[in-house]
Formats: sequence, structure tokens, C-alpha cells
Amino acid sequence: MKPPPASTDHAAAASAFLADEARAGWHDRALWLVRRKRDRAAAAVPEWETLRTLASAVKAHTLSRLDDYLLQFEAQARANGFVVHWAENADVHNALVYDLLCRHGAQRIVKSKSMLTEECGLNPYLEARGIEVVDTDLGERIVQLSGEPPSHLVMPAIHRKKEEIGALFHAQMGTPEGLSDPAALTAAARTDLRARFFRADAALTGVNFAVAETGGFVVCTNEGNADLGVHLAPLHIASMGLEKIIPKAEHLGIFLRLLARSATGQALTVYTSHFHRPAPGQAVHLVLVDNGRTAHLGREGFRDALKCIRCGACLNTCPVYRRSGGHSYGAVIPGPIGAVLMPGVDPERYASLPFASTLCGSCTDVCPVRIDLHGQLYRWRQVLGRRGRGGASKKWRMRLAGAVLSRPRLYRMAGATLRFLLRWLPRRALGPWGRHREWPDPPAERFGTWYEKQRRRS
Amino acid sequence: MNVALFVPCYIDQFYPRVAVATMRLLERLGCTVRFPKGQTCCGQPMANAGFEDAARPAARHFAETFAGCDYVVAPSGSCVLHVREHLDLAGDTAAVRHLRERTFELCRFLDRFLDLDRLDVSFPHRVGYHAACHGLRPGRAGERMAPGVDVVRGLLGRVAGLTLVALDRAEECCGFGGAFAVTEEAVSVRMGRDRLRDHLAHGAEVITSTDMSCLMHLEGLARRQGAPVRFLHVAEILNGNR
Ligand code: SF4
Repeated sequence: MKPPPASTDHAAAASAFLADEARAGWHDRALWLVRRKRDRAAAAVPEWETLRTLASAVKAHTLSRLDDYLLQFEAQARANGFVVHWAENADVHNALVYDLLCRHGAQRIVKSKSMLTEECGLNPYLEARGIEVVDTDLGERIVQLSGEPPSHLVMPAIHRKKEEIGALFHAQMGTPEGLSDPAALTAAARTDLRARFFRADAALTGVNFAVAETGGFVVCTNEGNADLGVHLAPLHIASMGLEKIIPKAEHLGIFLRLLARSATGQALTVYTSHFHRPAPGQAVHLVLVDNGRTAHLGREGFRDALKCIRCGACLNTCPVYRRSGGHSYGAVIPGPIGAVLMPGVDPERYASLPFASTLCGSCTDVCPVRIDLHGQLYRWRQVLGRRGRGGASKKWRMRLAGAVLSRPRLYRMAGATLRFLLRWLPRRALGPWGRHREWPDPPAERFGTWYEKQRRRS
Repeated sequence: MNVALFVPCYIDQFYPRVAVATMRLLERLGCTVRFPKGQTCCGQPMANAGFEDAARPAARHFAETFAGCDYVVAPSGSCVLHVREHLDLAGDTAAVRHLRERTFELCRFLDRFLDLDRLDVSFPHRVGYHAACHGLRPGRAGERMAPGVDVVRGLLGRVAGLTLVALDRAEECCGFGGAFAVTEEAVSVRMGRDRLRDHLAHGAEVITSTDMSCLMHLEGLARRQGAPVRFLHVAEILNGNR
């Protein structure tokens, strides 16, 4: 995997993505279709808005007592026979997982979808230590084989066309050249994966919901790959972020109804697997990972981002994400939710992300847990502005603009100058606005002048 | 009804015709309209760029200029949203809170307070309505997708002869976004072109919106392409301008 750039320049990456106009159009339409499916699924549930409100409230409550619920979960999970570990950051998590694998003599592992392990960089860490890691979610497998990070939270390979996947499978799995039929490619991947499932010494999964009351946890997939891995391997390691806790089993009824509908428009994920105790002869280890989450919990005004259930709806609806691709964010979590979470991880590196938005608010409208995403984008801009984003010159230009725009005389003079310039300067010379857009024809006088004349006349 | 007209800076400078139409329209519907002298800008450009401190003087000036007005009405959903959500930059006082609550986007104001039966206009054209995001947002229970909640469609429906064209993506953002239009030029331009194509494909002769900033962006693209379509603010259509 290529090392990530020092700091993300979303605008430049987006511009490169858009250079292939046809491909960009295809990407936009593919995701728009998913967004439409979500709309239809949501509209079919009369109490949809109530569900969102409930989900948001349950998460708010949980986050306000996160310590209590985590301890309750830990005790219940232990009583269920799970081994519980705590990891304060990615390094500790990775070392813990590696240690567990060593202790069980595991060489080959199968892994179902987990954004957390992406966040921790688990695959390269284990591979560097000689462990064979196989991602078993089809989309994850595709990006793993092509050596790139996922570009979407729930559809990791959405940026790849079927022809490209055919070529990749041909090169890596020996499928016939030119094969691009999705069903045939899926069958080929399934056959290849099947053998790896049987060989695996351990199965890693993520966690969608962990129930404090019962100490059980839920993993949602559409392919059943998590179950297959877990049922075959003697060791199951489940990694979860601290924020995955919900208080009670009854709350699952809220979140499970929202998750799949928001993500893909399905009523429910095809597999919703509840884990309550280890199977006979099996060890189940749960790793509870902080990795910046408690720090984020302390960020007033941004806390709500921890409510996220990673459904991806805000990505699908985002007109910028659809037209710039997940990789343009240069971050594990792309899209609107990435743009509000990543600056917390590294405000320098991800400073461009909160500006990769028109603040249209479409993300906020679809978010199943009602995260005020556009509001958080606005607030991150303030934080980054105070940190000196854009340098001293930007700050002074803004101060100057603020001074001019609050003094009627200066404002009138600046306006008249601008209108004069627009009349006489060559249109295309006028910066990034004029490259693809005409400027408006400047009127001879502004409204204020017209109004005064009018008033004097009457 | 006494209405103070708030004319956002770019409308004052570039689109005085929109402000004139807004004033005439409000007067025709029975309002007494005043244009408080010395008004400038609400401060949104600096605030959205991440510099609320730089926006504060404009916010204060706005609060002083419009202090004590019964109603402030502006032909812009975006500037009104800024006033409603962020004018606390001018201080969180009772006067400022009053002002924030009393500032309305033109169409919401018409819909809520005025007798629309007096609106007797015709506009025999195929019109594409661009639902500006910032106009959609306030006071809406997260329902971008529910048809019919947008009062602008209702107002345009009262105009004789006007045909609203159906769009593939009725609520997609045009990509203007203030500074976004230049800092994210590629995405902005692409978003705008996609919106334009949708309107043109459905035979819009005129594209209208509550927000001239969106239209400035779309018209800029259309004129560069030589697309056969005109751009009018909703106020102009409702005022019977042709
Ligand atoms: S922020 Fe909301 S919409 Fe976006 S992925 Fe998270 S839960 Fe889904």
C-alpha cells in the first residue's frame, strides 16, 4: 500500500478524479441509485423519523454514560465466556491481536468487514509478521487484491467497474481473460474464498452493536462471510470501537431497522448474527478499542459524531463524495462523516476535508442517528480557522473583508470597483470562477442607489 | 404589514432587478416596504470560511441596521439561514434573538403571512425550479425527500400558464457553496453542469430559485456553454416580470 500523503488536498484529488468525466458520471449515478433505494425504504416505514429520533436519543444517552455501560458490558461479556481486552490505541490493538494469534498458533486468518481494523492498519501489521490475512467480504477482497484502501464504508470497491474487477481476478485468481459478468466473478471469488475459510486458524470480525445488558454482540453482513469464518475457526477475535455499545437488547429493534435501510435500502442485512457465548471448543476474544474516541467524546460540539453507525448514507447522498470518490478524502473514513471525524484525529493532515462541502445539509437529512453533520462541518471550519488554516494572509484577507462588509461607505466603494472591473477586465482572466463560468453582467447602479433616487422622486 | 427589506450584498451589487421585484411584489401584496439605509452584508462569507471573528463586525452592523424591525425579508434562503443560525455572532441578546426569529426568506414569508389570492400573475413558460439547499433546511424535520413541503412549488403553482418541469434530481445541490465554488472548482463546476443538464433535458426554458447565488453559478455555466435557457429569481416571476 502506498504511504499516505502528508496532508490531504481534497480539491486536487477530486479534480484528478473528475478528469475522467464518464467514469465520474458513472460513480455518481451508481451511488445516487443507492441513495434512491434508501429513500424508498425509508418512505415505506411510517415511523421512520421517530426511529431516527429514538436512535439519536439512545446514542446520546449511551455516550453520556459510556463508562458505566462499557463496564456493564465487560462484566456481562465475561460472564458469557468471552475474553475481554481493552486497547487504548491502534498499536495496542494490533499487538494484542497478534499476540492472541501467536498464542493460538494461528497463521492464517479470515476477516469480515471491519472499518475499525482499517483504522488500526491491522492487515499490513499482521502481514509484516508473516500472518496470512484474507478479507472475505467481496468488496473488501477486491480492494485487498488491488492493494488499495476501501473507498466507501459499506461498498469498499464501489469505485471499481466490473471490467476492472474482471482484469484483477484474471491476474490474481486466474479467471478467464475478459470475464466481467458479476455473477461469474462472484462465483470465482466464492470458490477461492471457500478454500481459505476451511484453512483458516482464526476468524476476525467487526462488531456493529454490543449490548451492555446481555454482554452479547451483533455482526451484520450481507454475504454471511462473518458467520462462515467464525463457525469454522477455533478462534474468534471481534474488534469494536468503544462507541458500539447500546444499553439494551430491545434497542436493537431501532438500530437494525435503520441500519440496512439507510445503507442499501434493504429492510435488514441478509445476515444479522447475534453472538452470546463461545461455541463448544471455541475461544472468543473481544477487543474494545479507544483510539481517540474518548478524546473525541471530550470535544464539545463534535461529540455527536460518535453516534455514527457507519451506514454510509451520508456518503451516498453527498453530491461532493459522489463526484470526487472516496479516495479523494485520503482518510480511512471518507465522506461527510469522515470530514467531521478525521480532523479530530489529525487537524493538520485533514484540514481540507471540512471545506469539501457546500454545507447543503443533505447528509444531515439522511443520517439515521441525526448527527448534525453540516453543523459540525461549519464548526470544524471555525476550529481550523482559529488554528491558522490558510496562513496569516488568509486571516488578514478575511479581516479586511469583514471590515469592508461592515462599513457602508467602504462597501459601496468596493462594490463599485468590482462592478467596474467586471465590465472592463477580460472575463476569462478572472480566476477560477471565470475559467468555466461567465460573470454576471454588472449593472450600472446598485439597488441602494436606485432606491434612494426613487425615494427622492416620490 | 411593515417589512424591512434586506438585500444581500451580491444582489445589491449584481442583481438590483431582483431586489426591485421583491420590493414591488411585497408592496402589491399589501406590505409597506422600507429599505434600511446603510445595510451591507450578514457576514456569511467570512463565517463559512471558518472566520467567525472576521464575520462579527458585519453581524453587528446587520443587527444595528435592522434593530427593532417587525419583519425582515430577503430574497435569499442562504443569507436568511445565516442570520437565523449564526447571528448570535452579534451577541446573544433579546434584541438579536428577536431579529433572528423575524428574518424570513421571501417565499416563506409570502406563504406564511400574506394573502396569496391577490397574486394575479401569469408566466406562460416551462420553468425548472432549483430548490436551493439553504432554503430547504430551516424548519424542516429532516425531510428533503418528502414532496410538497417546499412552499416555493406551491407559490409557483399559483402562476397562470407556468409549467413546472419534473426533474430527475429535484433536490440536488448546484455546487455553488460560496468560496467552495472557487476552492473546489472542479467539483463545483461538475455539480453545476449536472444540474443544468437535468433542467435542459426536461425542456426548461427558464430556471428559477429562491437564491440568486445558485443561479449566478448555473447561469455562468449556461452562458459559457451557450445553453438556451434564461434565469430569473422567483421574486421576478411572482412579480409578473417577463
Ligand atoms: S454519519 Fe450518519 S449517515 Fe453517515 S455513516 Fe454515520 S450513521 Fe450513517
